[in-house]
Amino acid sequence: MKRYADPYVAGFCLGLVVLASFVFLDRGVGVSGSFRSAAAIAAAFGTSQSGGHATALLYVMAGAFFSALIARRLKLTIERGPNITNRTRLIAAFAGGTVMAMGAYLARGCTSGLALSGGALLGVGSWIFMLAAFAAAYAFAPLVRKTWQ
Amino acid sequence: MAVIIGIAFGFALERAGLGSAPKLAGQFYGTDFTVFKVMFSAIVTAMLGAFWLSRLGVIELAQVAVPGTWLVPQLAGGLLFGIGFVVAGLCPGTSCVAAATGRGDGLAVMLGLFTGMLIAGLTLPDNLDLTARGTITLPEFFHVPYGVVVAIVVAIALAGFKWTEARA
Repeated sequence: MKRYADPYVAGFCLGLVVLASFVFLDRGVGVSGSFRSAAAIAAAFGTSQSGGHATALLYVMAGAFFSALIARRLKLTIERGPNITNRTRLIAAFAGGTVMAMGAYLARGCTSGLALSGGALLGVGSWIFMLAAFAAAYAFAPLVRKTWQ
Repeated sequence: MAVIIGIAFGFALERAGLGSAPKLAGQFYGTDFTVFKVMFSAIVTAMLGAFWLSRLGVIELAQVAVPGTWLVPQLAGGLLFGIGFVVAGLCPGTSCVAAATGRGDGLAVMLGLFTGMLIAGLTLPDNLDLTARGTITLPEFFHVPYGVVVAIVVAIALAGFKWTEARA
């Protein structure tokens, strides 16, 4: 198992990917819109939110799988804090995901499309979302400290 | 092209170690600053790239879709998102990375996201257009030149990197 890349180098590469998206697709890289599309297809509700094609989730997963494969980091496991059970971790993961989706639905984007891509394009809504998300995560963190430490 | 970009996006996130929930959660307990470092290196890179490519006439910045601004939904959505993020330990993109690399908790976050989108889609209006401000950017909002805002964001990022390195 190889060590992870330097965060600045990885961030630079991630930035180049987003830049390539600006240049070739005239938009940023969004992920929550794909979850929204997938849910819209499953429940047959309409969505006018642009971007997110459900299949994009598969591309992101394929890239991550390939990266982990060549770095020998593929592992069937459940990652959690040392003081909780796997079951608690899975429940928290599911619940957190549900709440996050509602936030992303309201804001029309998540960390990738809104914060990262929109942040780089200096969108006002993007920066509001980013600051609100970081502030809420820091404020709420002490309440779930037990699940991580 | 969208396929290549999606794959490269997942690849870069995995390289950074952002498929590991405890690593991401560490950001909010001051034990691991990978999230901040990766995110702001990426923002600065993409921002400077877009700025200079536009200055050099390679791209038309006005052609690139800037996410719109809806003050209240994005403030409220951001707060909800942040709470969900620290509980789940992964965001939508990184949940895909975690799940694809064998993490069961990543898959649980993905299922939660899908469920949350179902609930929101079936109960909330398609798009809440409260406090819509269109596609407004920080330079427009504050009436300062684009390049000045770019420089300020770079300065904030560099100060943040210096601060996290001093604490590491």
